Amino acid sequence: MDTFGLLGQGLIAAMQWQNLIYAFIGVTLGTAVGVLPGIGPALTVALLLPVTYRLDPAGSLIMFAGIYYGGMYGGSTTSILLNTPGESASIVTALEGNKMARKGRGGPALATSAIGSFVAGLIATLGLAFIAPFVVKFALMFGPADYFALMILAFITVSAAFGDSALRGLTALFIGLGLGVIGIDLQTGQARLAFGIPDLLDGIEVTTLAVAMFAIGETLMIASTSGSIKDEVIAVKGSIWMTAEDWKRSWGAWLRGTAIGFPIGAMPAGGAEIGTFFSYATEKQLTKHPEEFGEGAIEGVAGPEAANNASAAGTLVPLLTLGLPTTATAAIMLAGFQQFGLQPGPLLFANNASLVWALIASLLVANFMLVVLNLPLIGLWVRLLTIPKPWLYGGILVFATLGTLGANGAMSGHIGPISFSFELMMLLAFGILGYLLRRFGYPIAPVVVGLILGPMAEQQLRRALAISQGDFTALFHSPIAIVLYMLATAAILIPLYFRLRGKGEVFSQLASDED
Amino acid sequence: MNKLLLAALVSGAMAVPAFAADYTIMAPASPGGGWDQTARTMQEAMQAEGISGNVQVTNVPGAGGTIGLAQFVNQYTGNPNALIVGGYVMVGAVLTNASPVSLANVTPIARLTGESDVIVVPANSELQSLDDLVAMLKADPGSVSWAGGSAGGVDHIAAGLIAKAVGVDPTAVNYIAYSGGGEALAAVLGGQVTVGISGAGEFAAQIEAGDLRALAVTGDEPFNGIPTLQDGGVDVVVQNWRMVAAAPGLTDEQKAAINADIEKLVASATWTEALATKGWVNTYLAGDAFDAQLTKDIAATEAILKDIGLVQ
Repeated sequence: MDTFGLLGQGLIAAMQWQNLIYAFIGVTLGTAVGVLPGIGPALTVALLLPVTYRLDPAGSLIMFAGIYYGGMYGGSTTSILLNTPGESASIVTALEGNKMARKGRGGPALATSAIGSFVAGLIATLGLAFIAPFVVKFALMFGPADYFALMILAFITVSAAFGDSALRGLTALFIGLGLGVIGIDLQTGQARLAFGIPDLLDGIEVTTLAVAMFAIGETLMIASTSGSIKDEVIAVKGSIWMTAEDWKRSWGAWLRGTAIGFPIGAMPAGGAEIGTFFSYATEKQLTKHPEEFGEGAIEGVAGPEAANNASAAGTLVPLLTLGLPTTATAAIMLAGFQQFGLQPGPLLFANNASLVWALIASLLVANFMLVVLNLPLIGLWVRLLTIPKPWLYGGILVFATLGTLGANGAMSGHIGPISFSFELMMLLAFGILGYLLRRFGYPIAPVVVGLILGPMAEQQLRRALAISQGDFTALFHSPIAIVLYMLATAAILIPLYFRLRGKGEVFSQLASDED
Repeated sequence: MNKLLLAALVSGAMAVPAFAADYTIMAPASPGGGWDQTARTMQEAMQAEGISGNVQVTNVPGAGGTIGLAQFVNQYTGNPNALIVGGYVMVGAVLTNASPVSLANVTPIARLTGESDVIVVPANSELQSLDDLVAMLKADPGSVSWAGGSAGGVDHIAAGLIAKAVGVDPTAVNYIAYSGGGEALAAVLGGQVTVGISGAGEFAAQIEAGDLRALAVTGDEPFNGIPTLQDGGVDVVVQNWRMVAAAPGLTDEQKAAINADIEKLVASATWTEALATKGWVNTYLAGDAFDAQLTKDIAATEAILKDIGLVQ
């Protein structure tokens, strides 16, 4: 069947009322967490993982994808009205968007970002639908050595390439890799580093680590830095509709932003933020109103907003076709697939085609819902910003704890006569680790990515070596592997070059705000 | 409050005499796998046939079923309404994990279903027959890479037994473990490994489509025209099987009641139909015959796992 047929079937599945409800819950939650600074889609999906453990897999994944897309929409609202990016991909939006709001043009700024997000989301989701089958065909040719090379590329791009310090990134990655070693080894059936604790035989639950790192760690961080500055929300004055002039200046920027954002998201390197920076730079070059840049140029909002939504769809290409997460949210969505016993990758398209296409189609549906949710209801979302932080984070803490207990609450730990939930103890321990990492400026995403991809990389490496009977050169025999290693080398060298040239601030900003 | 209590008492009193037992079946694996499907098929059939009014299935995944097994023993000792599904993989996992709880700690009731493994090569492989495979194995055991399920499972055991039967050192078997038949299938189709070995159902579609060539099945009867290992001159019979066990510490009467219920289940039309749709073979065996078979299987498994080098 061709892509149109599959996508059509997916749409039929996505339009079933229960899937529509899941998508609606997802986009609503996503917009809300996108609006709230500090709380992003990664944290939200992580919190929901244990809760959805017993729900329908397709519905849960549709909800997660809705949260991801919704977060991209919601983030721009905070950037424009509060000058605080709701999530990292909206940093650039704040540059021009907040200036526009201060000049009383908050309405058109919100409108161009919402419509731009819609246009980009639509084009990029269709792009995902048409590109994915080709990537899948290509990926079926991957042998263990090629997969190992792909993992190495992912490790480098996630940890070392972007961020203010390659050393910190690698440290975080190796914490994750170390945790990934725990549990029964697939190739020999022997337990490693389990210390006779049955709960550790199957390794550390990615869900537990993710919830701890993102939710507990962030909560502790907020608690320890209380008394922050009171942000001023700028009220939206006048019409929210764009003028003819605004439309004329926006549509080109939307399309260029999409063209920049999608491939950057789809490459196994970097997240949405990079695309937004490129888009902003491009618009600044091409504009006929260079004097407005820095003072509230609408192109500077339209382009980056389109780019960040397009790259969100782009991220799903390697996630679904190769099982390779390139952002923190994608890593947690991968954990979501795994909790239902589904392994993203070429086999997913063969064995669970209906689920994959329903998911892709539901992204189109979610996109329509989001533009409706975001334009007329903008006042409602802004009110979310008045929720006191202690309530918000108190709620997150309760939710994280209950979710973990619900998913795996067996009172399996014993100290003398006292029984306790081992999983909950791990949650708290990793939460403290997450706080310490944040406190000392270490990125969080490489830890989670290390735990997820580390065991996969190890299995592929050992399979490759077993098949070649211990010949290490077999790792470099395939042209695919060689190209991937070359990309990995480039991913180390290019940021190094920029850092030496003194342009490292872009990368350090990316690292400090990752989510 | 009183009314509520009364209502609860009445409904409780009404529910009790209707059926013999409300069973809880533990599937010591994630939803979707073989054990989970077995437990859920039992649930459907027992409810449909009126053997039990209300059957609950709980999933406790992990470590080849040994996590669930340990939890089952802790939680349900002496409880005549608790059942656990298990199988050959659990026998191997108890040994490789050195699990403190084994099948000796529960009350085995019956073997329910069986499935033969099949040995396949990609259609373009130079290996045409089982003889070719045996010759290659004898010439250089390491050059034959076997893709199958997790280490110490039935696929691995079958590969080890074949090597041993043809006079090759089982520790030299180059076994590549995948997390399931689907992943192993991709490796075989991609030509990354020499042969694939897994449940006959896993490869059936590709064998029929001509993408894979089946060399032999490991059971004692040919399957879909594929000859057995014994037909090809390799004296090995090994089959994956699934069983049901009850909690430890039961009286003989309680044990007999469960046995009777399972016998009714296996004889039922619902069960027979479900097995046919899933492609499982009914290998029902209960009582002393099953106990004897189980003891034999455990001993044989321990021996071959020692030969392969997974158990010291």
